[in-house]
Amino acid sequence: MRGWTRKAVGYVGAAVVMVVLWELASLAMHSPALPTPADGLGEFAKQFPVLLPHFGVSTLRVVSSILLGLVVGAPLGLVLGRSERADVIFGPLVFLNYPVPKVVFLPVLLVLLGIGNASIIALITLIVFFQILVTARDAARSLSSAAVLSVRSLGADRWQVFTNVVVPGSMPEIFTALRISVGTAVAVLFFSETIAGSTGLGYFVFDAWGRVQYGEMFAGILAMALLGVLLYEAIELIEARVCRWARAGR
Amino acid sequence: MADVRIDSVSLTYHGVDADVRALAGVDLTLADGDAVAVIGPSGCGKSTLLLAMAGLLAPTEGAVFVEGEAIARPRLRTALILQDFGLLPWKTVLDNAELGLRIRHHPPAESHKRALEALTRVGLQEFLGLFPSELSGGMRQRLALARALALDADLLLMDEPLSALDALTREDLQDLLLSLWRDRRHTSVLVTHSIEEAVYLGRHVLVMSPRPGRIAAVVDNPGMGDPGYRETEAFHQACVELRGLLAAEGALHREGGAS
Repeated sequence: MRGWTRKAVGYVGAAVVMVVLWELASLAMHSPALPTPADGLGEFAKQFPVLLPHFGVSTLRVVSSILLGLVVGAPLGLVLGRSERADVIFGPLVFLNYPVPKVVFLPVLLVLLGIGNASIIALITLIVFFQILVTARDAARSLSSAAVLSVRSLGADRWQVFTNVVVPGSMPEIFTALRISVGTAVAVLFFSETIAGSTGLGYFVFDAWGRVQYGEMFAGILAMALLGVLLYEAIELIEARVCRWARAGR
Repeated sequence: MADVRIDSVSLTYHGVDADVRALAGVDLTLADGDAVAVIGPSGCGKSTLLLAMAGLLAPTEGAVFVEGEAIARPRLRTALILQDFGLLPWKTVLDNAELGLRIRHHPPAESHKRALEALTRVGLQEFLGLFPSELSGGMRQRLALARALALDADLLLMDEPLSALDALTREDLQDLLLSLWRDRRHTSVLVTHSIEEAVYLGRHVLVMSPRPGRIAAVVDNPGMGDPGYRETEAFHQACVELRGLLAAEGALHREGGAS
């Protein structure tokens, strides 16, 4: 539990620093778009019942996108990393598409899938998928050959090598990719909800901005920030469980 | 009866730039329960020979027979212990020890029992829940041995298993290897860089020539097997003889390099 208290102290300290900086910035700018911490948090508390359903919808969208991207991208990446034949065939396809900015396809998705959940989830999934695929492939490639050899010497077939070595050995890198993609995913969520949503935090923020309701707008921004922090922490928690070995003995 | 016959085995690696001939016509017979140490200059194909015996590398020519059967894939009761121990960092001590049995679909209860017995034999019964990164080098090596014991291996192939350990831990583990061999009488093949280790743990010591690897000499070492052997005159005699043979191989290596 010592690790927990240390972490809690760190978070409280960081929060205090942020509130002080926020206060200073709002005093310096003196703009209704950046309220003081007291006003901003007060507004957040006031808007909380209105925000909650939007928060739920946004969470559902971003979590299902990340899960979809993970479930499809990670196994595919691991296979590409371990099978030269698969890599020769599909590798170029991946690397041709990886650098293409997927957000520009939002209009195409809107035409194909319509305004709403489907387009938003499809767009975020697409981005997360490529990030995880590429990381998983590199992780599987750089696995120690000694681990593979020793498991093979025990009589493991390809599937057993995959489940005993490739999957667990690549987990730390996959979690790193996940944590990075949370940032991207929330950003893309905001962007796509402002365009393709009539619900969700992105829609809420943009709608409030359009109505010049800066208090509401700011409450929405805080909710979006909170969503990002919570997702990041959730992934940290799962990683600490799944990759206990990677932190042991350090 | 894990007797081994290596029948004119040659092995060539196909590299990107050139082919590398690692083994050239190795012939060797090991009786069941024999303890053999293999020593030779770096890159002489010692490890290649071991991997071929494990069924992980197919010889380009010739074949390896264990119990009279040609080895084409890893054999059930052959255990391979690699230089970095071949442990899985994401599995606990107990899971690592059980791994071989689980891969071969033994019932969990039986795997568990056999792994526990093996871990107790090597003195790791107190550390079941730790990960390899939490163990010392000597303990990791003990764990690798426990995995082989849990499999009830009758052929133990070891590729410089003790080279990463400090001198004291090393002697400690040499004693453990010797006591295991005396108790179980498995067939043991130990690849090593250390002359003293070869003489302490090899009833026969094979000297290999530089690449392409061939068996240049076989030194009989009948005094081996007694824990007090290190302190005897015969031990030192054997070390001196072996050192002379290796020096000769080193000279061969230089001539070979110049031509």
